[in-house]
Amino acid sequence: MSALETNAMNQDPILKVEHLSMRFGGLMAINDLSFEARRGDITALIGPNGAGKTTVFNCVTGFYKPTMGMISMTQQSGKKFLLERMPDFEITRDAKVARTFQNIRMFSGLTVLENLLVAQHNMLMRASGYTILGLLGFAGYRRAKEQSIEIAKHWLEKANLLERADDPAGDLPYGAQRRLEIARAMCTGPEFLCLDEPAAGLNPRESLALNELLRSIRNETGTSILLIEHDMSVVMEISDHVIVLEYGQKISDGTPDEVKNDPRVIAAYLGVEDEEVEEVIEEIQEIQESDGEQGGKH
Amino acid sequence: MATTTYSTENAAGNLTARALREGFYAGLVAFGLFFLFVGLETTQNIRNELVLNQRWGLLAIFVAVAAVGRFLGVLYLQPWIASRKAARAAVVDKAAPEGFFVRNFSKIAIVALVLMPPVVVSLVGVQGSLKWVDNFGIQILIYVMLAWGLNIVVGLAGLLDLGYVAFYAVGAYSYALLSQHFGFSFWVLLPLAGILAAFWGMILGFPVLRLKGDYLAIVTLAFGEIIRLVLINWTEVTRGTFGISSIPKASVFGIWSFDVGAANNFAKVFGLPMSSAYYKIFLFYVILALALLTAYVTIRLRRMPIGRAWEALREDEIACRSLGINTVTTKLTAFATGAMFGGFAGSFFAVRQGFVSPESFVFLESAIILAIVVLGGMGSLVGIAVAATVMVGGTELLREMTFLKAIFGPDFTPELYRMLIFGLAMVIVMVWKPRGFVGSREPTAFLHERKAVSGSFTKEGHG
Ligand SMILES: Nc1ncnc2c1ncn2[C@@H]1O[C@H](COP(=O)(O)OP(=O)(O)O)[C@@H](O)[C@H]1O
Ligand SMILES: [Mg+2]
Repeated sequence: MSALETNAMNQDPILKVEHLSMRFGGLMAINDLSFEARRGDITALIGPNGAGKTTVFNCVTGFYKPTMGMISMTQQSGKKFLLERMPDFEITRDAKVARTFQNIRMFSGLTVLENLLVAQHNMLMRASGYTILGLLGFAGYRRAKEQSIEIAKHWLEKANLLERADDPAGDLPYGAQRRLEIARAMCTGPEFLCLDEPAAGLNPRESLALNELLRSIRNETGTSILLIEHDMSVVMEISDHVIVLEYGQKISDGTPDEVKNDPRVIAAYLGVEDEEVEEVIEEIQEIQESDGEQGGKH
Repeated sequence: MATTTYSTENAAGNLTARALREGFYAGLVAFGLFFLFVGLETTQNIRNELVLNQRWGLLAIFVAVAAVGRFLGVLYLQPWIASRKAARAAVVDKAAPEGFFVRNFSKIAIVALVLMPPVVVSLVGVQGSLKWVDNFGIQILIYVMLAWGLNIVVGLAGLLDLGYVAFYAVGAYSYALLSQHFGFSFWVLLPLAGILAAFWGMILGFPVLRLKGDYLAIVTLAFGEIIRLVLINWTEVTRGTFGISSIPKASVFGIWSFDVGAANNFAKVFGLPMSSAYYKIFLFYVILALALLTAYVTIRLRRMPIGRAWEALREDEIACRSLGINTVTTKLTAFATGAMFGGFAGSFFAVRQGFVSPESFVFLESAIILAIVVLGGMGSLVGIAVAATVMVGGTELLREMTFLKAIFGPDFTPELYRMLIFGLAMVIVMVWKPRGFVGSREPTAFLHERKAVSGSFTKEGHG
């Protein structure tokens, strides 16, 4: 599998979050969080509701300015960006970090195709000489326009939305809007893609189509992905690396298998009091032992 | 109104009886309502005494209108509406292929406008054409152009600007002052006025565009008032409320002049009788060209990345930022482009009036322009042009309705009811078509086929 090869080649971190803290009034939404996402990986960020996952995203993509900490992104070319110092739109434009939102944000009155063309704004603006050359009808702009439509078509095909290209985005069903939002983010040409609960509210079939889309993004473009997800089956199936948050702190970090068996994670997900964690750990170990005897795998 | 029980009363005789009954009630209610309002009037006579006038004839007209209206409404209008509703439900959205007229509406309209002055002159003569070309043609086209300019800011970018008239004022005073002090011609100052207005648009935009929605609206409103107050109070330059008069006329690119004394006077050169109508016809073509330029640039810009970014901004600003779009510069360009067309229109206004004063740039003007944009359907050029024609042309028509004096008495001036009718028309249109005359939106690019986007998907913007 090509993904494994790229993984083996690029073990350098693309995103490095160090001692990140975010305070809202009296609430520490993120408390001294450090983690890395490796190039070419699908990194999953999981945790109970209110753990601070979306807040991490908002810090990484510049929508919030963190109270403390450093977020650095290293591009393929070796160029390094300190994201916490950049305004949100520059993070997408220059550092090449794209994102989607937990509550879908479509341009619902624009068509599906137009949504994807808006995502290529910066490229088209440059090609149109900041509108002036384009207004005069220069050939360079016409070529760029055709190219942008080709790119849009490519991603429409990937997202299985080609037939709906000329419909208003607001007219699409929920699952299609999720895929369109991802396609739109990809049209910005990102090196790092942040997806906030892309599978939320999808039916099993749509969920499967989404997994397919994410894998093909990673394998064919080499884009690294940071993923917030509630659906454990999705996380376990497609992610290379999982980070678990609870109350704004990291409680576990490793491969899906490691994390799955981490008693603190299980405790967090089952909602167990701190004193009971010890008991839970013992129980889990017992279960695992019996599992091991059966030779079964999860 | 009150009774809506159709099912039990189907027979025709029944219906007539009901119509009669309801007509009678309506007359009764109208009498009760208008007895004091209309039937009696108090005025002061020359000795300052209060006199009670009795206007039974007028009261009778009011009551009769209510009674007969209700009678006819129940007897004919309600069944007709019901049958139409049923017919429409049966057809179910089978949109008939648009007729030749609808498809080519804008082309036909442009040709009609170009041909209008010669046709009017041949029908009512040179002197008679003044009213139609100036009061209707030029007046409407100025508002069309202003509304098209504001449409870039409000309709496309979704930024609620209540102070648009400020840029109109900047354009008008730029021309008035620069032509008087430096003697530049209209054709030099027209672009300059646009540039100056755009410059002021940026100056205003920079601090203001961080604000959203209501706050943005209030600050732009304040900016409009500030400009007007500056014009009033900076008397050394603007001569305050006296305004600036005897602003030089425009010439046909310096070839023919419209100054009466000039050797190359248009009428003299062509051996025509002296008349100000030629100047107005010339101005008509100037404003027509300016308005069409506005439309052309808008259409072109919408298909450019910047225009698409404006519309995306209207739909969702946060999503725009997440796609790497610098929303501040994008908003600024919308503001500056809109302001530039406002400036063009302003300098045209100055050259047409020959006189500018702060009174022409009150908030009401901004409100009317905004109303035209909203009524027309935000973003739609055709809809806005129709709205401007109906609204401005309609209020001009009021002046023509002198026959109303015969009904309401000699001191009845229909123009005074202008704003009342304007407001009423707005309420009716907004109830009947909440998205304006043309609520749908043309996509700027397509893969398979161009389908209009229904107004129910587009947003109005919130900042
Ligand atoms: N803009 C904000 N202002 C105040 N509190 C916030 C803000 N954004 C998030 N929070 C708080 O931070 C905590 C983490 O929220 P969030 O990151 O959305 O959690 P989740 O892991 O479910 O995505 C929550 O308690 C939330 O209420
Ligand atoms: Mg969240």
